[in-house]
Amino acid sequence: MSSTLPLPPPALQPSVHTALRTMTSPPPARVPRTGPAVDRLFGWLAKGAALLTLSLLVAILASLVVGAWPALQKFGLGFLLSTTWDPVKEDFGGLVMIYGTLVTSIIALLIAVPVSFGIALFLTELSPSWLKRPLGTAIELLAAVPSIVYGMWGLLVFGPILATWVQQPLQALFGGVPVLGALVSGPPVGIGILSAGIILAIMIIPFIASVMRDVFEVTPPMLKESAYGLGATTWEVVTSIVLPYTKAGVIGGIMLGLGRALGETMAVTFVIGNMNQLDSLSLFQAANSITSALANEFAEAGEGLHQASLIYLGLVLFFITFVVLSLSKVLLAQLRKGEGSKS
Amino acid sequence: MKSTLKFALGSLIGAAALSLSFNAAAQDVTGAGATFPAPLYAKWASEYNKATGVKVNYQSVGSGAGIKQIDAKTVAFGASDMPLKDDELAKKGQVQFPTVIGGVVPVINVKGINPGQLKLTGPVLGDIYLGKITKWNDPALKALNPGLALPDADIAVVRRADGSGTSFIFTNYLSKVNPEWKSKVGEGTAVNWPTGAGGKGNEGVAAFVNRLPNSIGYVEYAYVKQNKMNYALMQNSAGSFVAPDDDTFKAAAAGADWSKSFYQILTNQAGKDAWPLTGATFILMHKTQDKPAEAASTLKFFNWAYKNGDKMAADLEYVAMPESVKTQIEKSWSEIKDASGKPVAYK
Repeated sequence: MSSTLPLPPPALQPSVHTALRTMTSPPPARVPRTGPAVDRLFGWLAKGAALLTLSLLVAILASLVVGAWPALQKFGLGFLLSTTWDPVKEDFGGLVMIYGTLVTSIIALLIAVPVSFGIALFLTELSPSWLKRPLGTAIELLAAVPSIVYGMWGLLVFGPILATWVQQPLQALFGGVPVLGALVSGPPVGIGILSAGIILAIMIIPFIASVMRDVFEVTPPMLKESAYGLGATTWEVVTSIVLPYTKAGVIGGIMLGLGRALGETMAVTFVIGNMNQLDSLSLFQAANSITSALANEFAEAGEGLHQASLIYLGLVLFFITFVVLSLSKVLLAQLRKGEGSKS
Repeated sequence: MKSTLKFALGSLIGAAALSLSFNAAAQDVTGAGATFPAPLYAKWASEYNKATGVKVNYQSVGSGAGIKQIDAKTVAFGASDMPLKDDELAKKGQVQFPTVIGGVVPVINVKGINPGQLKLTGPVLGDIYLGKITKWNDPALKALNPGLALPDADIAVVRRADGSGTSFIFTNYLSKVNPEWKSKVGEGTAVNWPTGAGGKGNEGVAAFVNRLPNSIGYVEYAYVKQNKMNYALMQNSAGSFVAPDDDTFKAAAAGADWSKSFYQILTNQAGKDAWPLTGATFILMHKTQDKPAEAASTLKFFNWAYKNGDKMAADLEYVAMPESVKTQIEKSWSEIKDASGKPVAYK
């Protein structure tokens, strides 16, 4: 096939040669270094790896649908809006867990994104160079702590601190206020949506921070130096040079963190309280998340609707993650379009 | 030449088959199920291995998963904290027998109240878990405990988040004594808890109760004993307040009639010393065995455990079955047969 394409004559000057090579997409097959058979084999292997991933994804989706089928048939889409989770009467709805998963992840992002941004900014722009390495390593080490350790710590150490020093003062402050009062009502035990959100934030900060730091570092120094040279403050350099240049990477880092927050199981199970009731919007109320419900109930769930409903929840989580990922892609595409029109 | 080779091959195969059947007589056994008796089964298995060289693998995956695995015949025996009803057993072609008895104990964390001081009744306990009694100084609690200084504080309710035989015993008891519980919540390894924070496993509930002031929870007796938790007294169906210990568990087990069926739920038993939250844990096996050697090995193990395992059970805070029940269990094993209908020999 490639032999039919016009080959550049060997006598051409090197500069013209490279220019031509960038224009015609297939590289000149001059001196084949590996045998064509080996090359083909390599191609097949690479293609096989890609296809394997894809087929695994499809297989997981298919088995989720098959496993959830009894619940899908029985409850339909009403499952997503029902708050009942009654294994005795076999009446299941997933709203409590879906709500818990989304709200804890949103709280985690609200806390983790500004903090990670600060960390990354400090490490790349402000930190004295002797502090950069130890601080960066310390933050990455946070990512290596097993999630169950965060769970235990959250339950035994962080929960009581939150209850005494945050919940009780907040309740005293907002006691009579209509909306805020409802947000902080409930027994101040340090277990619930807010605790889970904060623990998740601590868990995803290292991920977001290290991605942000890495992308901040690739901003061309020339651009930054020029801005500084024009008298820009650090804040101005960051907002008008670094962030526009790295926004794709920053959003990627945030999405990585969000993905982890949505899927985190053990740490959440310890501090969320595992209650399948949605009777108040309080941040201190015990609640449940999809992963936590799965981890707790799957082993003892008998064949039938209970198991199918749990798998249905897994399918919902799969879908949520998919939507989050697609949204981030759309967002990035939009940003890129904006870039084109501005220039 | 050829014939001698054939002969040699034949004898080799014969010898292999013979040695296989010898091995099969001391075959390793795999079981799976309930987490509650898992420490004891592990202890029995290691002692049995020392005594006989046979390995018993027990995977503590939970009662529900244990039932699934024995149904699928992936294990030689399943273990469940919740007995199967006789008709269900018959439908599945399985037999069940109890191994040990244990108790579920309400535990509290209230300042100024010592272990064994707080008195509770089933209906009051049910109302607490329904969210109807929310304060420690509720009139119902005060009436039961006139001498105690109960604080004016919210009750932090703690229960199991995961499906569990412990929860089954607890909710089964509440269903028997609290009509509103029965109609609203019901009984099961997992139920629709109206209130409270959920801990994963006995250790999760114990951690919650130890940490949350003014909390109440329920755990296996072994956890109470090992962690020196603050337990409450319960009123039994005879009207007396009893403390959880070996004697009150045994009293509850003695009240049951094991002669007709092993489907016995030991909650709320009559008897003036019976602990109301008592339950047995069970082994499930298929009646017709495709692999009689494995079944024989399993029965040998349990036969050994019934004869030698009582002391180990007591050390781990379980209560052994009464001798009369053990005799009946052994009698019931004649129902376990190989494909040709012969009872599996285990002696």
